[in-house]
This record gives sequence, C-alpha cells and structure tokens, in this order.
Amino acid sequence: MSGTENAKERIELAQNAAGRTVPTVANGQPQTPFAGVGKYQPRGRKAAPAISSNKDYPDSGDKRVADLETALRECGLRDGMVISNHHHLRDGDKVALMALEAAARIGVKDLIWFPSASFPSQKSAIELMEKGVIHHIEGSMNGPLGDYCTQGKMRGMGVLRSHGGRYQAIQDGEVHVDIAVIAAPTADFFGNADGSHGKSACGSLGFALADSTYADRVIVVTDNLVPFPCVPWQIQGNNVDFVVQVDSIGDPAKIVSGTTQITRSPDRLRIAEMVAQLLRDTGIMKNGFSFQAGAGGIALAFVEYLKQMMKQDGVKARFVRGGSTKFLVELLQQGLTDYILDGQTFDLDGVKSMANDPRHVATSPFTSYNYHGKGNFASLVDAVVLGATEVDVNFNANVVTHSDGRLLHGIGGWQNCLFAGCTILALPSFRDRIPVIVDVVTTMTGPGEMIDVVVTERGIAINPRRTDLLHAVMGSKLPIRPIQDIKAEVEKICGKPARPKLGDRPCAVVKWVDGTVLDTVWQVR
Amino acid sequence: MSSAVETTPPHSAQAGHWGKEVRSDAHVALEARDSGGVEIALESRVAPYYGSAILEQAREVLAELGIQHAQVAIHDEGALPFILSARIEAAARRAGMTLGKRSLPEQRPLPPPSPKDRLRRSRLYLPGSEPKYYINASLHAPDAVILDLEDSVHRGEKDAARILVRNTLRAVDFGSCERMVRINQLPLGLEDLAEIVGESPDLILIPKVEEPEQVREVDRMIAEIKQRNGILRPIWIMPILESALGIENAFEVATASENVVALTIGLEDYTADLGVVKTTEGHESQYARSRVVNAAHAAGVQAIDSVFSDVADMDGLRRWGEASRAAGFEGMGCIHPGQIRVIHEAFQPTPLEIEKAKKVVAAFEEAQSKGLAVVSLGSKMIDPPVVQRALKLVARAKAMGAIS
Repeated sequence: MSGTENAKERIELAQNAAGRTVPTVANGQPQTPFAGVGKYQPRGRKAAPAISSNKDYPDSGDKRVADLETALRECGLRDGMVISNHHHLRDGDKVALMALEAAARIGVKDLIWFPSASFPSQKSAIELMEKGVIHHIEGSMNGPLGDYCTQGKMRGMGVLRSHGGRYQAIQDGEVHVDIAVIAAPTADFFGNADGSHGKSACGSLGFALADSTYADRVIVVTDNLVPFPCVPWQIQGNNVDFVVQVDSIGDPAKIVSGTTQITRSPDRLRIAEMVAQLLRDTGIMKNGFSFQAGAGGIALAFVEYLKQMMKQDGVKARFVRGGSTKFLVELLQQGLTDYILDGQTFDLDGVKSMANDPRHVATSPFTSYNYHGKGNFASLVDAVVLGATEVDVNFNANVVTHSDGRLLHGIGGWQNCLFAGCTILALPSFRDRIPVIVDVVTTMTGPGEMIDVVVTERGIAINPRRTDLLHAVMGSKLPIRPIQDIKAEVEKICGKPARPKLGDRPCAVVKWVDGTVLDTVWQVR
Repeated sequence: MSSAVETTPPHSAQAGHWGKEVRSDAHVALEARDSGGVEIALESRVAPYYGSAILEQAREVLAELGIQHAQVAIHDEGALPFILSARIEAAARRAGMTLGKRSLPEQRPLPPPSPKDRLRRSRLYLPGSEPKYYINASLHAPDAVILDLEDSVHRGEKDAARILVRNTLRAVDFGSCERMVRINQLPLGLEDLAEIVGESPDLILIPKVEEPEQVREVDRMIAEIKQRNGILRPIWIMPILESALGIENAFEVATASENVVALTIGLEDYTADLGVVKTTEGHESQYARSRVVNAAHAAGVQAIDSVFSDVADMDGLRRWGEASRAAGFEGMGCIHPGQIRVIHEAFQPTPLEIEKAKKVVAAFEEAQSKGLAVVSLGSKMIDPPVVQRALKLVARAKAMGAIS
C-alpha cells in the first residue's frame, strides 16, 4: 500500500446514477457507485469491536497512563493503522496533532488519519504526510489540507463523508478504527467524558460516539480531570482503554467564539429575511414545527427574523436543531421552542445552555444523521437552511469544492440535512463576480431532487418538483422566479464564466449518506 | 527596466484599489512606452473564470483610449466590467495618455424619466469610490440612490470616482430608483457635471449652496450639456443647504430654477457652521429645518430632511423620521440599506390619517358629483385646504402602497 500508487495505477471509472464519473476502487477498497436516493440498501450485519474482559482493566477504574505516547504504545500502534480524531474543538483542537506527532516519535508509517473533520490549524499534518507518517486522510479536509489533496500530493485517495456517513461507514465496517483518540473537556480516570464543562468546554462530544463504541482501542485525553463520576458521561468509560491528562486540549478562543455575529451585509440580511418569510408564507412556520439552521452569517440572521415572525404570529416550535448559538438559546429561553437538539455548539451561550438547561440536549450523528439506522432526526425536521458553494439549474449542489475544483470545505451534516421536509439553500447569487448558479456543479455533494428552494438576494427559485411549495407561495409577495432566470440575470451582470479545466486523476471521492460514491474530486491542473 | 536610452520620460500612473479586504474593484498601473505594443500582467481572484475575458476587455478599453504601447499591471478583486474599464481609464487619464478619449461601457436602456413630484422618502448614499455597493443597491428598494462624488470620496480620488460614476450610470440597473448624483461643491462640481450629465442622471444634488446663483450656474451647465447631447428628459436639481447663510437664502435658492424639485439640509456642516453640537434630538437645528420646510413649500418643491447617522439605532431613526414627517418633510437620506424600511414606515401616513383623508375625499367627490361648492362630512363643513391635504395624502398613500 505504500508509494505513489494512485499516480501510477490505472483507476477504473464508472458512471453512477447521477451521471457522475466515479472510481470503482478507492485506497484498495471496492466502491459502490451512487445508485439513486434510497436505492442502495445493503444487507448483512454491523461491524463490532472485539470482546474485552474486565480482567484486563484495573478494578480501581483508574485507566490513566503517563502520556499520549505511552497510551498509543499500549494500544499497539503499528504501521498502516487507522487513527481517528474528532472536531468538536474545531480550529482550537490540539489533541489530533498531539496524537499524530506522538505516533511520528514512535516511528510508525503510513497511518490513515480518520478525523471527523480537519481544520486549517492542523495544516502541519501535511508535513506528516510528506514524512510518510500519514498515508492519507479520510475525512473532511478544510483549507490547506484540502488544497494539498486537490493538488494531487496525497498518496491515497481522500474520502469525504457527511457526519452521518462517517457513522454509517464505521457502523457498516467500511472503516475500521484501530485507535480512537478523543479530546475531552472533562473526564474522570475511568474514561467517562463530557464536553459541556471545563475550561475547554465545547458542548457535545457526539462526533466521537461511533469511534468510542466501534474502535479497537479508545484513548480519552483531557485537561480537566474530575474525580469519578464525570457527569454527564457523553462518552462512556466502559468503552475507554486509557485516559491521558494534559495541560491543554485546545485553544478556548478557537473552540467556541465568545459571541457569534450576525451578518451585517445588507444583501445577506435580505436573503435571511426572505428565507424567514418563505417559512411563514408557505405555512411551514406553525405551532409545533421544527427547523435547523447553522452558524453562518445568513443562518443566524434568519433565526433572528424568524423569531420576530414567530412572536408576531404567536407560533412556537417543538424543537430546533443546532449547531447551537446564542440565537437558538434565546428561542429556548423566550419560550419559542420546547427543545434544542444540538449536534455541536458554536458559542459560549450555547455551551452554557447545554450545561445548565435540560431542554438543550446533546445529540450525535447516530441519533441525528445515520442513514443505516431505524430512521434519524434529520428527516423529522420541517425545514433546514443551508449554504453551498454552487448550485446548478437542476438544483444539484456543491459544498466541498470551489468552482475551480479546489477542495476547500467539508460536507459536515449538510448531506444528512437534505432529508428535511423543506431544504433551503440560502446563497448570494454571485461572490466576487463568480456566479453561484451554474449549468452543472463542479462536484455534486447533494442531488437536486433533495433540494427544494434556492434563496438569493435577487429572488427565490423553487424546485419544480415541489409543486406543493409552488402552490403554497401563490399570493405571497416573495420574488419567486425560475432558477434559469436568476442565472441569466447574474450572467448578464458578471459575464458568463469560463469553466476551469479539471485534471483527469481522482484525488478524493464524495460519499453519499449510504456509503455509495456520489462524485469525484479531481486533481486541479 | 530596460537599459535602452529613453527618448521621452515615461508616463505612468495608477488607479483603483486592491487587497484582501477589497471587493468588486481593481487596481490598474499603467506605464507608457514607445514601442512593443500593450503588455498586460494580470492577477485576479477570479482568474480561472474571467482571466481571458479581463485581458480581452482591457485590450479593448486601451485601444478605445488610443493607447498602443504600454505596460499594464492589473490586480483584479472581482471587478465587474464597467468598474474595470473605469479604473483603466482613470489610470490612463492620470498618466496623460488618453488625449481626451473615453471608453464607455454599453448603455443600458434608460428608465422612464423621473416625475417632478415623485416619492422621495429615502435616498441611499453610495460612495463614489466603493463600487461593491452599486449592483445590489436597488434590491433594497430605496426611492432613490445617490452616487456620491462629494464627502465620501477622498480629494485625490475625485477624478477616478467621476469616471466610475459615469460608467455606473450607463451600466447598472437601478430598477425603479431615481438615479441621483451628488456633485462636489462648486467650482469642482462643474467638472463632475461635464463627466456625468451626458449619462442622464435623474437628479443632481448640489452641496453647500448659499446663493441662488450657484443653482443657476449648475442649471445652465446642465442645460448646455443636455443640448449638446440631445437629452430631452429632465435632470432635476436638489440644493443642499448646509450653512447659516444657505438657510437664510432658502427660498431664493428653491426658486432659482424651475428644475429645483426639492430642498434639503445638511446638518453636520450646518451645526459645525453654528458651532453647536449635533444631537439626536436635533433641537439645535429646529429653526433651520423649519425654515427649509417653509421655504420649500412656499416655492412649491419638496422638503427633504438630512440623514440619521447612527445605523445601529433603529428606534432613534424611527423617532427622527416620524418627527421629520410631522414637521413637513417628505423624506430623508439613508446611509445604510437597513434604514430604508424604517424610513418608509416613518414617512407613511398612519392608518387613522388615511381613513380620515379617504372620508374627506369621498365627501369631496360626492359634492363634486352633485355640483355642490361646499363639502360637508356629517354635520361638519370641510374647508378647501383640508380637502386639498386629504387628496394629496391619499395620492401619496397610494404611491407608497399603503392603500390599493
């Protein structure tokens, strides 16, 4: 498996049900091309970790070891293993690099790094790839790591999964995690861990749930060791092999922002307001409804506008889904929602609320997003407001690459959220002269049949498949327009952009929520 | 640099802006040379999509400006074509290379001419050197946009702003907004007129007017350029009174030309002139504002208020707007799109006022149909001025969409 195999080896390509060309093998593993939404239903049994015995663990419950390097040695770290980390500390995380650098000191090679997402602060992972410590990354690659991948410099192929897809891949045995290293803002010596307390508090540890239950070995790293029991135990110590105490697991300033800011751009505010009006005018905003919005500037402003409308109309939500911020917390505190079901927490108000308010509930990719389960919460949500880098005239959307093909963003929960009752993309119609609505997306991250509405500052396009929504907005003052119209207007302003030529070598695959391959990220020329 | 002996000193100059924080603009540096044709070095954040379009456009613009040999460096931050050409032309003019030639972007169809007494509740200021705000300005639906060449433009940027504003008038769709330009104080403002009047702006704001002759001077120059360009549609004038003397001459200024459609006041300069502090309540400018309202009404033009400068204070803005309407103003300026809706609401008659006015209008119409000279409502007789006010209010409310 070593060497520059992808560059040399002939890669078999196939066309999938979305018409995209995808590799049939990635990193030596056969792949199933996307077969259509809901068309691929594998049979078989889930993966499972080996049986452990209490005999191998101290009766005192004290699983502490001196440092991470010792813990990794004790876990039997070898060449080629899969090491996982989680991004609940976001750009402030120090633990992932701590683990990878410890592995480098131990002298192992060709690790597969399997983070739930990577961040710009982890760009020194590039050096570890250059040195051969890491073979490739399977996980969302943001910023410099994404660039490294699309420049074709990574030895293996990148595999991009949604949060739900990552759970699915572990659960289905597509990825076997050898060692999971979990950063814990609070933990006890037994390995119970919690994210909502401590100086590095981040809220939920949901992203680490799959790894903690399916990995062969689990290491908890904390900078806030409390006497047993650590309550709540978002991660159960019964799944944990070792506990490592360090001075700091991350930079609190980058873990959560002190205050999340609403956009001040008048154009983006206009988009946010139109999204809220759309929810009101279509009747989606009614007593007992639910919605999800992220922490982007438009999404936050949307929550503010919707809040005013909910108050005016005397409407209360049953639940809202985070990424939570102070804006969702205010809804909870003002009695405008019964619950926040929170996947990750973006600001201090969110963290405090989760720690103190039982109605602010930590969720995981298992409850929220896993497609190979007996349902998940995402499809129970009435409306979700998302972003994208591009959307095409058939409503297919791209969140991972820019129009020039460079990989710059992760999928996050985006794909999973498409299962909501009404999926809304809230986007400026062009950015830096580059139109957002295109003929064909550079990389398909979400099939158009799952995307219902595109809201831009120049008008709202409703997917013609959603005749119910088109009917619901009749008589509304909203500027409803065909997506082609908005595209034509923007091209008149900006000029029609040239399509950058992409290379013909796949450097990453985009997985759909069921583990099939939806699209390919090609090397940038 | 070549080591060849230079026969003529090189003309070089630059214009525009670039940098990480800059959006929708470009920076152009030009250096004349004797031979070798045009050589362009382009750096652009949108190069993969528009790189060749930008190079092609740059060559066309330079050719139109009559430039055959030059070294050109363009740093593009996603400038739209009409912005890019304005920056190239500005650099070329600064380098003294254009010999009076211009490069005009394609002319959009002009909107219908602006009626003299149209709604002027809100006018959104767009700084003349910040092109990123132009394209989407009309989406926020102010009654007017003002392309500003005066206070928001640095002294050293006046020439470039003028060219940019000229191109903007040709190329940008401002929807149903009235297209206003605030020129500089005279005499610099006359140079602004020379550049932009040919593009048929709907209205010219003249700053710091103190004497009626200043209005007449502008009016004459507009008329001259209109005639030269065969422009038949009106170009209205709104003088801004910003000093004690200007306020004293309000009526003379308002009646200086038939093209004056509104009179407005600039409170920053006025309070500075008086040496008093400008407050949110505005007691210090009460007299001046009343004087403007009275002079405007006496002259049969609209009275328009100043701006409210705290963009975060929407309650304060609403109070100011409501007081302003109550004092007789018909609109005010805005410096952020977020202010537009609040201003429109503040200048809208209340439902109670509309209801009363509609009753008066109905009674008037009934009297008309019966051929009665006296209008009565219930047991009350209605005076003619009350009828006139009601008619005006209903017409305004209709234009604002407050009644269908």
